[in-house]
Amino acid sequence: MIKTDILIIGAGPTGLFTVFEAGLLKLKCHLIDALPQAGGQCSELYPKKPIYDIPAYPEILAGDLTYKLLEQCKQFEPGFTLGERAETIDKQEDGSFIVTTNKGTKHQAPVVAIAGGLGSFEPRKPLIHNIADFEDKGVEYMIKDPEVYRDKKVVIAGGGDSALDWSIFLSDVAKEVTLIHRRNEFRGHLDSVDKVQELKNAGKINLVTPAEITGILGTDKVKGVVVKQAAHIEKEFEIECDHFIPLFGLSPKLGPIANWGLEIEKNAIKVDNSLDYQTNIPGIFAIGDVNTYPGKLKLILCGFHEATLMCQSAYKIINPGKRYVLKYTTVAGIDGFDGTRKESPKAVVKKIE
Amino acid sequence: MEQDINITITDRDGVTHKVLAPTDMAMNLMEVVRSYELAPEGTIGICGGMAMCASCQCYVTSDTELPEMQDDEEAMLFEAYNVKDNSRLGCQIQMTPEMEGLVVELAPES
Repeated sequence: MIKTDILIIGAGPTGLFTVFEAGLLKLKCHLIDALPQAGGQCSELYPKKPIYDIPAYPEILAGDLTYKLLEQCKQFEPGFTLGERAETIDKQEDGSFIVTTNKGTKHQAPVVAIAGGLGSFEPRKPLIHNIADFEDKGVEYMIKDPEVYRDKKVVIAGGGDSALDWSIFLSDVAKEVTLIHRRNEFRGHLDSVDKVQELKNAGKINLVTPAEITGILGTDKVKGVVVKQAAHIEKEFEIECDHFIPLFGLSPKLGPIANWGLEIEKNAIKVDNSLDYQTNIPGIFAIGDVNTYPGKLKLILCGFHEATLMCQSAYKIINPGKRYVLKYTTVAGIDGFDGTRKESPKAVVKKIE
Repeated sequence: MEQDINITITDRDGVTHKVLAPTDMAMNLMEVVRSYELAPEGTIGICGGMAMCASCQCYVTSDTELPEMQDDEEAMLFEAYNVKDNSRLGCQIQMTPEMEGLVVELAPES
């Protein structure tokens, strides 16, 4: 059982900033995210795209924003359960909650903050008749641990950034990498496209286009895939492999959270915006894109504000009756849970003669 | 102020709506659908209009001359489901005076 003060569901920008604000109040956080890395949409959908409405940043790439938020909160030592989806929530007699993921990991906290954005990202699965039989038996829709593929034969399908970037990465790890796409054109960052071209020329990536996978071979695990290629003349052939990784993007679904007894409106969780973004269940808050209230705007900067107010309320739940006043970081500095301290340099008091 | 234009949108339940769309607010068709709440929030325009999710796919049934399809829209439609010859991404159709009389049907949610 993982125990913490605030259990945050969703490791996007709002969830990550919550760690910082909670840390100032000496509250510890743990984050759960269905994706294998932190950053939410910013790292999954558009890491290389710029955002122009983060205060004080005329322009910042979404991936850089994630990196900076992680850097900003790291002294508060957040815990992470990544690549797992929060499935159920159970209220305990002492008022705390136990949240269990789809992999069975249990987390307990007195306060739960849902910062789930658009919901958990579910992979878009290709329409291959027997694909379900091989899930987790050689078919993986996202790459969690690249080491799994060391010295293996891997087939990747897809035409976007993740298919390109993982083909590049695995070309150094796996025994053999084949990239299959329905078109000759790939849609990705120019660097990535150029790099795949280079690796293809060097014989480190087998590129098969335009083609698609029509079947999976094997009995209890993946032994190969059936490929239909439509260049010049149509032909069908088999490629021997240990892993087939279809990377066709992810689509967000509110998912199991929708069944937690929370009041839902417009695919979002209704909260009290006059106070602290608490839901209809005391102790459960919803912040960032996942919530709704009159005048709601789904902006990262609004999520930051909501996270900050939410933490004040969480403090009162966790420390009933305990006094506290808002402190400015410039004045008070920051004491990390890792023993580090950040503070502004003291002014010099010295006579000028 | 520029003129509003008339757009006809059939939602995913088959109900047809005739709406007015401003041409001076840099809005696209996906945003017009959202502003009139013709599809539930969270089921359209998920990626925010970057041609990265196809949740705003629609079928264009009028003979309106549409802006030419860019590479990213074409690539996205290639990977989307329920695609027809007249499929377009709503987020890539800007509301300009030339779009007057546009008639579209929203593609199923996928």
